[in-house]
Amino acid sequence: MFKYLKQLTSLVAMVAVLFTFTTETMAAKKSKTLKNTQKKGFVRCGVSQGLPGFSNADAAGNWTGVDVDVCRAVAAAVLGDANKVKFTPLSAKERFTALTSNEIDILSRNTTWTLSRDADIGLTFVGVNFYDGQGFMVRKNSGYSSVNDFKNGISACTNLGTTTELNMRDFFNSKGISYEPVTFEKADEVVAAYDAGRCDTYTTDKSGLAAQRIKLSSPDDHIVLPETISKEPLGPVVRQGDSVWEDIVRWSLNVMIEAEEYGVNSANADSMKTSDNPAVKRLVGAEGELGAALGLDNDWSLRIIKQVGNYGESYKRNIADTGILPDRGPNELWTKGGILYVPPAR
Amino acid sequence: MNIKKILPQLLTLLVVILIFGFFSYNAQVNMENRGITFGYGFLSQESSFDVQFSLIEYDGSHSYFRAYLVGLLNTILVSVIGIIFATIIGVVVGIARLSNNYLINKTAAVYVEFFRNIPLLLQIFFWYFAALRALPLPQDTEPMFGVFFLTIKGFFVPAFVWNNLDVFIYSLIAALISIIFVRIYARKKQENEGIQTPVLSISIGILIILPILSFLFGGVDASVEVPVIKQLSQTGFTYEGGIKLPPELISLALALSLYTATFIAECVRAGVQGVSKGQKEAAASIGLTPNQVLKLVVMPQALRIIIPPTTNQYLNLTKNSSLAAAIAYPDLVLVFAGTALMQTGRAIEIVSITMLTYLSLSISISILMNWYNKKIAIKEK
Repeated sequence: MFKYLKQLTSLVAMVAVLFTFTTETMAAKKSKTLKNTQKKGFVRCGVSQGLPGFSNADAAGNWTGVDVDVCRAVAAAVLGDANKVKFTPLSAKERFTALTSNEIDILSRNTTWTLSRDADIGLTFVGVNFYDGQGFMVRKNSGYSSVNDFKNGISACTNLGTTTELNMRDFFNSKGISYEPVTFEKADEVVAAYDAGRCDTYTTDKSGLAAQRIKLSSPDDHIVLPETISKEPLGPVVRQGDSVWEDIVRWSLNVMIEAEEYGVNSANADSMKTSDNPAVKRLVGAEGELGAALGLDNDWSLRIIKQVGNYGESYKRNIADTGILPDRGPNELWTKGGILYVPPAR
Repeated sequence: MNIKKILPQLLTLLVVILIFGFFSYNAQVNMENRGITFGYGFLSQESSFDVQFSLIEYDGSHSYFRAYLVGLLNTILVSVIGIIFATIIGVVVGIARLSNNYLINKTAAVYVEFFRNIPLLLQIFFWYFAALRALPLPQDTEPMFGVFFLTIKGFFVPAFVWNNLDVFIYSLIAALISIIFVRIYARKKQENEGIQTPVLSISIGILIILPILSFLFGGVDASVEVPVIKQLSQTGFTYEGGIKLPPELISLALALSLYTATFIAECVRAGVQGVSKGQKEAAASIGLTPNQVLKLVVMPQALRIIIPPTTNQYLNLTKNSSLAAAIAYPDLVLVFAGTALMQTGRAIEIVSITMLTYLSLSISISILMNWYNKKIAIKEK
């Protein structure tokens, strides 16, 4: 009897220890994410499994893209080095679970900002780094010149678990066209199936179509139809409940866009410290205490601009120069006819 | 009752409860912290996504629960097709491996070694993309018997359009019941009088005659609807009418059955080889024909060895069908644990339902196979 009593006591003690441990770690401390990131020495960033221009790894494993640059900017701001990022490639299906279950700290994976995602599943969208819309790619020789040419029975290849699937249904329903949705988990399979002729059209965000077209066996035989059937504001996401971390990511992105607006780039950032414009001086940390408000030092934004560049540089390097979408379209500054307009960093 | 005997049991129970309690408490607190709500209410909400292939009527205006049923039925469909073909191929190959003919024997051996040593996912990709590369576009296809069209967009087959389908089904049920009675009668007759009745030919006769009667007198009428080609664009075509089997279903069923058949073939070979030579010789010595030896002596004993491991293979095939998500076959994992999970974000609810579903499927197969195993087991008197 006493023998078992002893075992029982140790068991109870063990369980008690487990519980105190969990309640201790669960206590919501202010910016746990920032603390953990500084302790680890790298930013944990969730990206796509390969979308040229947004997040794509080369043969040597170096990630590039505008989504990648958001994570690099945060690393430059928080850790002082834009290269201190650990990238985790995620499928559309895995991405939110990876974020909410603490596998990553930023999800920068061409993710559409919608009400239900923002409100429902423990996520917070911090901004928009690319304004996109869903489109259709078809074979040139099909003779389709508009989505109005689509007929009943058309088959459409796309990725599963995205807003694309829902928009596609809304679109075909509103046109009264019956269609066959063929949905794959990975983009590479979508491309392969469309390329083989399984589907008459391939639908996803237009930037995605432009990027994936390069992977087709003969890209010139395909065109993207002019219509855009949805709004797809893509942007980085963080976990709900850590407002300091949320602010850091949001303003890392905003600083890149504002730097372009004020003509500050990676080459001239240092010399801008002596600028006459106080807004520019604030941007490079020569005036004001903006870093302290975020729990960072005052050079955080200067490092972002110097190491990653402004938004225009990032766009040019990743999307324009690679031939994906040379025309910036809506992703141009508001001062130049686009809709990129961020709150002032002051 | 001895306290020494009960206490360890109680302690174990307590530990199990505590562990489960700890995990559910942990999940609850974490979900609360992250602002995630929990509940199964979403199942009745409108799903608002479509599925390319469904056995029941479904579109995005139906509920998530309906989407779950669509996925479940598609999983069952590919599993049943896979099990049937795996069994047929497995039995043929297994017997071929015992053949004295060198060529047949070695061909079967090479097949088994080749297909069971390549990961299944690779085989699925291979068959899918090989099929997509090899199959003709809808406008280029040569019809088989004038009514079957095998194309890259799917296998289009004629459909029956029924009048009074229920009467036809009743006739089938009546036929099955009469077959059971015939069998009981035949067994009794053999036990009492030693006279054998040709049960098989009588059964087939009943199965053909009763449905024909339903056509003649029951008002049953079926017409055939042949798929017709339809132009979508200058170069794009498809077929309309009839039944469409998507290429995803065909290649998945093909990959699953070819893979699983290798294991079943080995079970069959082991089973037949497991019956001792003396049994066959003894049977032959009392004057049974070789056919009777196989049917009455060898197979009943071999089946006892074959069934239990084959059950495992059936279970594996059913579970492996979840790899469908890779090639766009809308099974349970793709539709429910894929799209529905993504659209609702309810990972814990959906994954738990999916796990329970696979568990129930597996247990059902087990129960069925165990029942069959018991039926053919040695009955000790």
